[in-house]
Parts: sequence; structure tokens; C-alpha cells
Amino acid sequence: MAYQWDFSPVLANAPLLVEGLVNTLRVTGTALVFGVALGLGLALLRLSPRRFLSWPAGFVIEVFRTTPPLVQLFWFFFALPILVGIEMTPFVAGAVTFSIQSASFFAEVFRAGIQSIERGQWDGARAIGMRHDQALRRIILPQAVKRMIPAFMERAIELMKTTTLIATISYADLLFAANEISQKTFRPLETYTVVALIYFVVIFLASQVARLVELRLARSGESTVH
Amino acid sequence: MTILKVTGLTKRFGATDVLRGIDLEVARGERIAILGASGSGKSTLLRCLNFMERPGGGTIALDGEILGREGRTAERIYRESELIQVRQRVGMVFQQFNLFPHMTAIGNVMEGLRTVRGMPKPEAEARAAKELARVGLAEKADTYPAHLSGGQKQRVAIARALAMDPEMLLFDEPTSALDPELVGEVLAVILALAEEGRTMLLVTHELGFAYHVATRIIFLADGAIHEQGTPDEVLKNPKKERTRAFLASHKQFSF
Repeated sequence: MAYQWDFSPVLANAPLLVEGLVNTLRVTGTALVFGVALGLGLALLRLSPRRFLSWPAGFVIEVFRTTPPLVQLFWFFFALPILVGIEMTPFVAGAVTFSIQSASFFAEVFRAGIQSIERGQWDGARAIGMRHDQALRRIILPQAVKRMIPAFMERAIELMKTTTLIATISYADLLFAANEISQKTFRPLETYTVVALIYFVVIFLASQVARLVELRLARSGESTVH
Repeated sequence: MTILKVTGLTKRFGATDVLRGIDLEVARGERIAILGASGSGKSTLLRCLNFMERPGGGTIALDGEILGREGRTAERIYRESELIQVRQRVGMVFQQFNLFPHMTAIGNVMEGLRTVRGMPKPEAEARAAKELARVGLAEKADTYPAHLSGGQKQRVAIARALAMDPEMLLFDEPTSALDPELVGEVLAVILALAEEGRTMLLVTHELGFAYHVATRIIFLADGAIHEQGTPDEVLKNPKKERTRAFLASHKQFSF
């Protein structure tokens, strides 16, 4: 009893898939932007010698790294309205959850990147009279970020796949669209295959771009290897 | 005229006393070579002078002005802004060069002028080009450190320090990381600076160079000044046994 594949009902619903993809990219993009910015902030706080700064940052990072993202999402979407009366649309709840969640991972990527820069670079910067923040911005971070690209890309891919959880609070992302289509067409195999393919193509293309960037940085002679 | 006066300087790392009360007065135009076995505290002494390390105790006065203020412990309290001023007046050259690998040679030299001094780009570029020319690297301006030899890297690092118009230069073993055939070009640059009458403190293992360039030799042992004097006094007629032993071990294989 060979299964008869039939993709036409799925393709007939292409507009739904496109809308879903756009929404997935919106959530991913928003969480990426805020997650990276917040992640850098958390990393800098965590690296601070002042405990009243480093401990709270460490706490946030550990909580969001060690709890399931689905639970975090439910917490922001269902618990906050009850506890403190803050109501969020599914998009906002998802964006907030995934921003903080990815920030806690990005924070560790930033921290590892910053700590991988030799002490001599700080020395060189301080010796010409740079303040800590100037050294960080001009000398340390530009080098650290280059080393971080592979780990950063890994997290971004992970983030895009994690956003599928947002379908559980009825946000019309790609997975949500897939649920709808499969229920409408009774073609779950075809639907989810197509959706998996879409994720594959988007993420594969993005990682190729990242690889190109990495190669160009390596070739321009600005290699961070002494 | 005294530019730098160090009194009772101490520094401790964990349970180890690295500096045990250093008194040192540096006059303008003086060139002091600091010698000593590894672990004698010579690098730490140098690093304390521009506050790459915070002194544990004692005082450092620049141009007659004692830096920092008294705290509850022997360790004085320094404001970061004060130290940043000091570091611009006291330049430093490192054993490992510490060039910024993501910037070209001229970018390295310009960096302090641009970021710290806020100098406009054309002006900073002109100044940096002048400093690169001074160390004989005008044609390497757009080269990244990865494509420079060790000697060239160190000369860029010297240009980077000079661009900030320091009143005093600290050299922390500037040739120790270099292949022997590259040592000469760096020493030649330092010698030229000496001939300009610049004030400098130099930690080095090049005894011959120290003899020729220094106006005073300080021999450090166990974190204290063991013996000091003119190059002739310390290097040719050392009075202390440990100085003699140190010099003997350095000359063991000379010919």
C-alpha cells in the first residue's frame, strides 16, 4: 500500500504559507534584534566586577537558559495578565519571550567572545589613555564579534526554530499555517514536508550568507590572529 | 628637574610580595635601564608607573603632584579619569606589541588621537603618518599587523605611543619577543629617541644596549633596588655579589 503523495492541495494554500513565513520572519527578526542588544547588555553586566550588577544579570541568564521556552511563553502570555494585569498580543508575548530567551544565550556568546580577547589588547588600549568603554567599543568588541559569528549563527538558527512555539498561542506563523492547512486538506504529510522544506531553505540561505561574511573577513587581512 | 618620583612603592600578587618598597626619582631626559632576573619585579614596577597595575602601597608623583588620595588601607584611591591622564603622559611599549589586529598600521597609530583626543581624521592621519615615517615604516601605513614582521610590529607600537606626545616612555622588554635578526631595527629606533633627549625607562635583557643608551642602570632583585648607578659603575664594576652573578650569567656565552 504505497502512499499516494499529492502536494496540490498544499500548494493551493500557498498564500497562507507565505503569510505564515512572513510572520515567522517578523518574530524571528524582532527577537534577533532585541535579543542581540539585550544579550550584549547582559554580557557586559555579567562581566562587571561589581556584584550588584553581575549577579542579577547572571540570574536572568541562568533562568532563561534552563527553563523550557514553551513555559516561558505561557508565562508571559497567560500568567502576566492574571498576576500584574499586563496583557500582550500573541506577537508581543512571543517577541518578548524569544528576545529575552535568545538574549540569555547571546549573552553567553558575547561573554565568551569578549573573554577570548587577550589581555594585551586591553593593555594596548589602556596604555594610550582609553577609557574602559572606549576600549570595549573600539578594540575588544570588533575583534570579539568576528570570533562570535559561527556561534551567533548557531543561536539565530535555533531561535528561528524555537519561534514555532508561538503557534501554541494562536499566532499565525508558519507552523500555525501548517496546522490549518493540514486540517483543511487532510494532507498532513505533504503540508509538514513543505513547511520543513521552507525552514530548510531559509536557514540554509542565511547560513551561507554568514559563511560568506566570515570568509571575507578572513580574506581582507583583518584576521584577528596575530 | 624631576618628572617622576616614586616613594615606597609596593605590590603584592596573592601571597607574593613582588615589589617591596621602591624609591625612585626620574629626572627629565634621564634614560634608565632596569635589569634583573625574571621574577625580580621589573615588569611590575614599570606597569605600576602608568597604572596598568594599581600600586599596593607607596606614592607616585608626576611633575611634583602626588597621584590618588589616601584611603583606609595602604593602597591609595585613584580616579579612573586621573589615571587616563597619566597614561597619556606616560607612554608604554609592550613585549608582545599589543597592536590592534583589526586596524592597519596607520589605524593603530591614529586610534589614540581619534578616540582619546577626539582629533579630526585628516589631522590625525597626518600626525600618524609622521610618526610612522619616524620609525621608518611610512610605506607600511595600510598594512595590517598580521602582515608585518615582529620588528615592524614593534616599531608601529612605538609610533602609536609617540603619537600621544608622552613626556616619558616605558619600554617593557621591547625586543624579547623578536627573532635575533629583528632586534637591531627596534633598538635603532629606541636609540634615535634617546638621542632626542626623551625621558625613558627600559626593562631589557640587552646589556650591551643598556650600556650604550642608558644614563643610569637599576638592578632589581626580590622586588627591591639592589644596586644602581651609571652604566660603568653597575655593568663594569658591580659592587654587590648578586649583580655580579646576574651579569656573569648573561655574559656566560658571549665571545
